[in-house]
Amino acid sequence: MSTHSRDLLTSVVLVDAVRTPFGKAGSLYAGTRADDLMVRAMRGLLERNPQLPLDHIDDVAIAAATQTGDQGMNLGRSASLLAGLPNTVPGYSVDRWCAGAMTSVTTLAASIAMGANEIAIAGGVEHMGNHPIGDGLDPNPRFLAERIVEQDALAMGATAERLHDRFPHLTKERSDAFALASQMKTAQAYKDGKIQRDLIPTAARSAELGWGIATVDEPPRPTTTLEGLATLKTPFRAAGRVTAGNSSGLNDGATAALLASEEKAIALGLPVKARLVTFAFAGVEPEVMGYGPVPATIKALAKAGLSIEDIGAFEVNEAFAIQVLAFLDHFGIADDDPRVNPFGGAIAVGHPLASSGIRLMLNLARTFEEKPDVRYGITTMCIGLGMGGTVIWENPHFGKKA
Amino acid sequence: MTTITLPEGAPEEVVTHALVRDVDLAAFGASGVLALITLDNGHDHTRPNTFGPQSLMALDAAITEAISRKPAAIAITGKPFIFAAGADLSALSFLNDRAQAVAIGKLGHDVFRRFDECGIPTFAFINGLALGGGLEVGLHCKYRTLSATAFTGLPEVFLGLVPGWGGATILPQLIGPEKAVQVIIANALNNNTMMKAKDALALGVVDSVFEPADFLEKSISFAARVLSGKKIIERKDFSSDPAWDSALAQGRAIALKKFGGAEIASPTKALELMSASRTYSRGAGFDAEDQTLADLTMSDPLRASLYAFNLIQKKRKKVEGAPKAALARKVSKVGVVGAGLMASQLALLLVRNLKCPVVMTDIDQERADKGVAWVKNELNKLVEKKRMSAESAGRLALLVSGSSDQNVFAGCDFIIEAIFEELSLKQDLFKKLEKIVSPECILATNTSSLSVEKMGEGLVNPERVVGFHFFNPVAIMPLLEIARTSKTDDATTATAVNIGKELKKTMIICKDAPGFVVNRLLTRFMGEITDAVDEGTSPEVADNAMRSIGFPMSPFELLGLVGPGVGLHVAKTLHENLGPRYRISPTMEAMVKEGIKTFYIKSEDGTVSPNPAALALVHKGDSPSTAEQVRSRALNALAEEARMMLDEGVVATAAEIDLCMLMGAGWPMHLGGILPFLDREGISESICGSRFHPAGVASLPQP
Repeated sequence: MSTHSRDLLTSVVLVDAVRTPFGKAGSLYAGTRADDLMVRAMRGLLERNPQLPLDHIDDVAIAAATQTGDQGMNLGRSASLLAGLPNTVPGYSVDRWCAGAMTSVTTLAASIAMGANEIAIAGGVEHMGNHPIGDGLDPNPRFLAERIVEQDALAMGATAERLHDRFPHLTKERSDAFALASQMKTAQAYKDGKIQRDLIPTAARSAELGWGIATVDEPPRPTTTLEGLATLKTPFRAAGRVTAGNSSGLNDGATAALLASEEKAIALGLPVKARLVTFAFAGVEPEVMGYGPVPATIKALAKAGLSIEDIGAFEVNEAFAIQVLAFLDHFGIADDDPRVNPFGGAIAVGHPLASSGIRLMLNLARTFEEKPDVRYGITTMCIGLGMGGTVIWENPHFGKKA
Repeated sequence: MTTITLPEGAPEEVVTHALVRDVDLAAFGASGVLALITLDNGHDHTRPNTFGPQSLMALDAAITEAISRKPAAIAITGKPFIFAAGADLSALSFLNDRAQAVAIGKLGHDVFRRFDECGIPTFAFINGLALGGGLEVGLHCKYRTLSATAFTGLPEVFLGLVPGWGGATILPQLIGPEKAVQVIIANALNNNTMMKAKDALALGVVDSVFEPADFLEKSISFAARVLSGKKIIERKDFSSDPAWDSALAQGRAIALKKFGGAEIASPTKALELMSASRTYSRGAGFDAEDQTLADLTMSDPLRASLYAFNLIQKKRKKVEGAPKAALARKVSKVGVVGAGLMASQLALLLVRNLKCPVVMTDIDQERADKGVAWVKNELNKLVEKKRMSAESAGRLALLVSGSSDQNVFAGCDFIIEAIFEELSLKQDLFKKLEKIVSPECILATNTSSLSVEKMGEGLVNPERVVGFHFFNPVAIMPLLEIARTSKTDDATTATAVNIGKELKKTMIICKDAPGFVVNRLLTRFMGEITDAVDEGTSPEVADNAMRSIGFPMSPFELLGLVGPGVGLHVAKTLHENLGPRYRISPTMEAMVKEGIKTFYIKSEDGTVSPNPAALALVHKGDSPSTAEQVRSRALNALAEEARMMLDEGVVATAAEIDLCMLMGAGWPMHLGGILPFLDREGISESICGSRFHPAGVASLPQP
């Protein structure tokens, strides 16, 4: 075991993170605006941390992959005003597609590390019911004409098929098994009350049903079986391997996290759930975007002076089972390694694109609480058009008695 | 519960649906589910949820459904921005059977009281506007939360009804008699004042207020805390509260003051029901409410009230006889001729609403400066009262300027004059202005009785002259009479209407006829009273002859407000133009000559007594009238004059006359303005040979 080699200028910590329950696109939140989801997550976060004076918040960064309509108008600012933050608190918007919320966190963390800010709110939201993936995009014709990317790079499911092509030993059967495990782990975590604790009950109105309150995720399918998964269609190509069952779905949801310098968190009596070590983003061929977490993690580990063996907890976004398998395969980790996604992942609970990065962090923070023997953990995810992002965190409870 | 079928002709009910959904309380730290009822009529907030018979049946079914789910609690909430705006009034005007009126009252009670009697804790999550029956359904619940930006109130007494779906019985027992009188009587009769959330919380009408951003989530959390015993809501028993008698007396005093000393049914009945709540069971109270509601519903004053209410709502949006709005010209600079008090009030109103340069002139710079200073001071007062930001006041103050040189009017699109009421002066003025401004600049006059037509005589462009008659105080009185001459063109009228809209006035467009509508009727009316006095009737008898009708003030109280000088001047003008039925009172002349302003003196402690100086001036005739005779001649004169105005085409419809009296004279809704009252008293028929409104329009339908 080694210890990370570089310290930030100022130690940055994750104070807390929450999320709305996730919905299936156009279902649970069909009558709810994206900005209202974001506001709810922010207010839930602030309500859990009442010792934070609102005017101490230095900045707000909110991510969304599609920044128009109810996800436009600079959500960082507009959601802050709607959430009732003082108008002295500034805000901005972030976009790195699926790694939006992760980038909100890393960008704000960097600003805290260099002393520009002391405390900030990061968040992400995606209402894929209101904003179907790819909606309103206008890819430059040069991409294809000049073969900058292949056609497959523009459809995420196709990139997942390309990963299967690249790693033929990572079979459809292994993907399905991983997907089933994700559903089972999520079901168990729900049973143990481990998911609900970070969900902010969220009002959701339907014109037909009236007001309701979302208190749990809508997407999980706890009755999933391998047999059932085997029968699903492969929509991205004939005789393919990627199905709706071994991929994340199309979802609506929002996440929010409170970041602070460690000094400020302690001064305000705020909790410390994770300590940032470092982070890295890296690019790969856009046709195999799901491979992005591999180079991103290699880069981050190198910067931290750590090796993969030092990492005791993994939160890997499950955009596609194959993409997690490719990551695990690279680092020689078993498909069913218990350190990986212990509460299940996006295949079960859903992946509202730009919001997911913080969901990984709130899960990791819970693992840190439960496992004081773990010193380091990572959150990592793949990003469309060929990228990956990895954040390495240190467990503040490390060494304490469980 | 039986289905109620509305009579023929009643508009189809916009049904408020009641949807039931379960909320898992586990996420809120309590156990079980809360059955959440959403009221939603499927329209946006511009068509609020209301309760007609079908809506009540829908709610009844929802309550049954909710109970069947064996929930830990039942709650009711609304659609976005709206909880419920109360009973569906559109059907009330069509009820022709008392039994049906009783049945509607009873149906409301039968449904709403289930929230109290179902044996399950009930909550109203009042997420938006809750008026009348909307608030009452909440009062039947055990607990209430309210959104911080929502308005609530019980406007029934304002409308001529009583809070008869439980409000009159429950509210005094919930918050005590004094506060209940405040809500049910004082607020309702104070221009239908609604409670802000903080007021409703302070009064105890609701138990908790939450911000709208997560109102529902916070309300459910509140419910969970109440259910789990973490939050205790204390209720007090007000049955033997020592304040009962004084509170009821206070309520009566407020109602008497509002209606000029008349005892009007709705506040009186509301107070009786509130008083009864001391000793009645809730059920007995509800039964009494049913009877009272039915009595009122089946009365002409209520029908006149509903007519008046609808009239005001409708005409606020659409001005009868207005040319196409597209004809209106842009107004980016306005002028006010004169810098006296009236002119200054106009300048303030114009600059506040049009937010464009306003230039004022008077005969010398000093007077002009005084007018500008008055406007600026008023703006400062608004800042002090926190009704305007210092920045806005600063911006507006910079837009107002004054001069003795009328050339500053160059470039104006609209000029209004408020100089001395003399025709030749105004004619000269308009001729001078015509040389300064463009041919399209509107020349408006705030004259109350002179001929607008004549003011335009000799002008190159008389089509731009229009009457623009406000009522004092200009900022408060909602009516604006727009008088068209035979030459006024549509573009001018459209522009005038547009400006009136910007000034947030209710408008009527009338023919240029002496006194337009309000002053003509008021002067005729007043003339009968002063005539009676001149003939030897004691001022006290004459002035009190109409107390029981419910005018907001007696004729001489009104005279005191307007001033005998203005009154006499208008009377003289109308006498000259309309004939000898407008008489010139020697008593008035004497009062003006002696500088006596009023028949009443208000002492420091607020009591009012006759003014001996005025009484001494009364011209003593030898044929006194009885109170009954005074009342009769005054009302007859109103009927006769109104009929003449309609025949002359001063306005096109009887409704416009009513609108004028409601908004320009402040005459009460239970008179329907005035003409429905004259109809129901039989005066219209005896004096004019026919009613102004067909039976059923502003009165009970003919049996």
